Amino acid sequence: MPHIQSPEETARRFRRRVRLAAPLALLCLGVLATRLYHLQVTQQQYYATRAESNRISLVPIAPNRGNIEDRNGIILARNYSAFTLEVTPAKIPDLKTTLAELGRIVTIEPKDARRFERLLRESRNFDSILLRTRLTDEEVARFAVNRYRFPGVEVKARLFRQYPENTLAAHAIGYISRINEEEREWLKTAVDEDGDTQTGNYKGATLIGKIGLEKQYEFILHGLTGYEQVEIDAGGHAVRVLERSAPTPGNNLVLTLDTRLQRMAEAAFGERRGALVALDPRNGEILALVSSPSFDPNLFVDGIRFDDWDALNNHPDKPMLNRAIYSAYPPGSTFKPMMAMAALTQGKRTPEQTISDPGYFSFGGHVFMDDKRGGHGIVDMYRSIVSSCNTYYYRLANDMGIESIAAFMRQIGLGSRTGIDIPGETAGVLPSPEWKQKRFSKPQQQKWFAGETISVGIGQGYNAYTALQMAHALANILNGGRVFRPHLVRAIRDSTTGETRRLENAPVREIPLNPEHVAFIKRAMEGVNKQGTGARAFAGAAYASGGKTGTAQVFSLRGQRYSADRVKERLRDHSWFIAFAPVEQPGIVVAVMVENAGFGAVSAAPIARQVLDFHFTGHAAEGPAPEDRVSEEEGAEPEMETDPPAQPVPTATRTTAHPASPAAPVRRNREERG
Amino acid sequence: MKPQVRYWLRHLSAHIDLPLLGIVLALMAIGLVTIYSATASEGLARFDNQIINMTAALAVMLGVAQTPPQTLMRLAVPLYALGIVLLLGVFFFGVSVNGSRRWLSLGITRIQPSELMKIAMPLMLAWFFHKRESELRIHHFAIAAVLLLVPTLLILKQPDLGTSMLVGATGFFVIFFAGLPWKILLGLAGAGAAALPLAWQFVLHDYQRRRVLTLIDPGSDPLGAGYHIIQSTIAIGSGGPWGKGWLKGTQTHLDFIPEKHTDFIFAVFSEEWGIAGNCVLLLLFACLILRGLRIAASAPTLFSRLLASAVSLVFFIYAFVNMGMVSGILPVVGVPLPFISYGGTALVTLMLGVGILMSIRTHRPH
Repeated sequence: MPHIQSPEETARRFRRRVRLAAPLALLCLGVLATRLYHLQVTQQQYYATRAESNRISLVPIAPNRGNIEDRNGIILARNYSAFTLEVTPAKIPDLKTTLAELGRIVTIEPKDARRFERLLRESRNFDSILLRTRLTDEEVARFAVNRYRFPGVEVKARLFRQYPENTLAAHAIGYISRINEEEREWLKTAVDEDGDTQTGNYKGATLIGKIGLEKQYEFILHGLTGYEQVEIDAGGHAVRVLERSAPTPGNNLVLTLDTRLQRMAEAAFGERRGALVALDPRNGEILALVSSPSFDPNLFVDGIRFDDWDALNNHPDKPMLNRAIYSAYPPGSTFKPMMAMAALTQGKRTPEQTISDPGYFSFGGHVFMDDKRGGHGIVDMYRSIVSSCNTYYYRLANDMGIESIAAFMRQIGLGSRTGIDIPGETAGVLPSPEWKQKRFSKPQQQKWFAGETISVGIGQGYNAYTALQMAHALANILNGGRVFRPHLVRAIRDSTTGETRRLENAPVREIPLNPEHVAFIKRAMEGVNKQGTGARAFAGAAYASGGKTGTAQVFSLRGQRYSADRVKERLRDHSWFIAFAPVEQPGIVVAVMVENAGFGAVSAAPIARQVLDFHFTGHAAEGPAPEDRVSEEEGAEPEMETDPPAQPVPTATRTTAHPASPAAPVRRNREERG
Repeated sequence: MKPQVRYWLRHLSAHIDLPLLGIVLALMAIGLVTIYSATASEGLARFDNQIINMTAALAVMLGVAQTPPQTLMRLAVPLYALGIVLLLGVFFFGVSVNGSRRWLSLGITRIQPSELMKIAMPLMLAWFFHKRESELRIHHFAIAAVLLLVPTLLILKQPDLGTSMLVGATGFFVIFFAGLPWKILLGLAGAGAAALPLAWQFVLHDYQRRRVLTLIDPGSDPLGAGYHIIQSTIAIGSGGPWGKGWLKGTQTHLDFIPEKHTDFIFAVFSEEWGIAGNCVLLLLFACLILRGLRIAASAPTLFSRLLASAVSLVFFIYAFVNMGMVSGILPVVGVPLPFISYGGTALVTLMLGVGILMSIRTHRPH
């Protein structure tokens, strides 16, 4: 359609269109104004809030963790301030070069580099990542001079956990280390003793108790996280601090442990593997808790090196294992006083009743041998304990039956967790028909055989208890049936007020025991240390003590004849000793277990002796040297630094004239099993 | 004062439109104040630079204002031809920066031919219609459309959506004011709407599609493409009625606003001056546009009418698209806020436009 316009018409049309365009343009600006009104007036509040939350960031300030000290105020865990070198990758254009340059100023070991890489993967870009811990003063100074070359790298003062006694009581104290994913997850729902959730309190926290008291009392030790309101820019960098609420340091734990006793007891183990629990039967306070060998918790604090971890984990002696609460062994003959107590309580025996021991007990076609060839002759209950007569207990067990035995042992605390205030306790095994039913899946294995009751009677068979349980059970008997929860923390000291709050410690239950029976057991166990299997170890002690030796068969040897010389060290029997003192008013109970050490009187009893000596006199008396090297006087522990004792201490010299233990290592029962 | 100087001043001022000058100076003053706030933390280099840019741009404006429209008309064809040649040069030999090919390297410096096209395009089309004023036929519109589309598409292909849109808009305004019949206009609009999905699929680049999608729902990609828009709307909204005060915008000074001295400078201004400041700004732009259209309406020749109206509406498009994108009602395209954003090239081009308006206003037959 050809179309010609006159210039006049073009001009008219132009003016029409301008008159149209101008209002349209204004309308568009009006739309814009409406939008701006909506943003700046109607929704101002919303956007103002968004802008505020953009610019303000709450930065948590981790509180100082509470200290842990022993009953005498000796510090077992504390914090110390050290300089760290930290790197914020977001601020660094070329991380690799920067790290290489830094390496010329401070020492960066391969382990530091590895940890840094790991942390780098796990954190966000603008987080500050640890490169080196514990810078020396010289390194700090060197970095300060070169600081301008390293934007995004900072020296910070941080608190580190330190365990000044190193390996001492490491299993009880535990350690802290980096919070892992699982623990983060757990913290989402965890509550402290007041029922408060802890998620917020762990913002900014990087460390958490992993085992021992550090784990059990995590929320008491941790403290309250403080906050800093910081203005941040778009890159997440702090521009200035707007407001600050200081953190509240964690509370201190006051332990029942006696560091000096603990140190002495650990030393008494030497290189040997085993466990020791010393507790006060009157209140359940644990004075020493040894698991040997131990480890150094300091290794874990700023991330354990791989080779350290490897060494700890793959060591054949398993130093990370808390033997005192997790390793359960057959109690051997240390079970006998408990059996005797059961018989008395249930009226199955009187102390006076005797048996005639021909050296064996035959039952259902099986012969159960006594330790002593030819037998002990006429044996009453006292003698049965003092000379550790198997035949007496074969018969007793058979007479009582497994149900009665299990019922009593359960009452005194065997086969269940004692409730000690560190995690990881095992219940052990208290054998009974129900237990066997549950334990085994095949019907032919589930049946309880009467013959099994007989070996249970001398503390062998399926029996398996921890050193802690044995000490606990003995304490419960000596205490006349009053049961206290064994515990490591006696008080909590408030970090701000300095106020010390004793933890409540009432008997958790009462076992109906006849005081006369208790007195008898004490007397019989005293006899053990005076003239029985413990006599050599306790010769010349300055206090009256009771004890009982025990030897736990190593399971894999069952059914074979035992000869300590012939079997490999790892397959040798475990050595037990339980003891208490003074006899009249027992103030300390000790249970010692030495792995693969053979006969209880030889290796476990001397350790118990040293602990008791130290407890009463402040000195580890020159007791019998470990491993029965009785002629070596220097086998005694070196004297501990301590206050002079209030009273003259009779030095317990070895009396070689002392009669040899009636139950010197001889062939003992290896009962047949059906 | 020496008589010579006085003569020159009188001569220069004779070709100045005072209302226009006032508006433009006010806008540039706002620009300086805002640029100071946006860049003071990194030193005054940008602020100082912008003063130089403005001085240069004012000089260009003055110069163009002295030039009679007839002279401008003579420049239309050569400028357009040069622009096309340069754009083709960019198309074949251009320098890529940030993934788009917009620059032509001239050894010592790089030039952006699309910027030239912003002026050459309306000049060319206004000339084209002026020449055919008395014999305008429908096919002339088709020729005009080709003149419009060739550079527009060349710029779109760089890719530079913002500039191609501006160049296209300038050309379109000339054609519109030249009297493009409504029937064709509506037909084109219909066809355009129908072609939209095709354009979406084949013409727009990925990043351009993302920008449009982001506009619809900025929250869908809060850390990616949506981040800029979210942060700029927060800045604007948190400014409230009266603003947070000069130099006190937290979004600005804590770097939450992207491109805060260039394309997103409106967010900085809004945050610190609130809706009160925005009203002043919108009013200034409205005055600018109305003044421009008024000059166009009273211009004596078709060439100057078309040129003036197109230039005025380009100011409007600039301002509206920029503020619309920063406040989140239009997709993000790289368009600066006229007279306010930092940067010399755009400012010189804009002031060239102002100079053209002044020239048209002041060179009337006596």
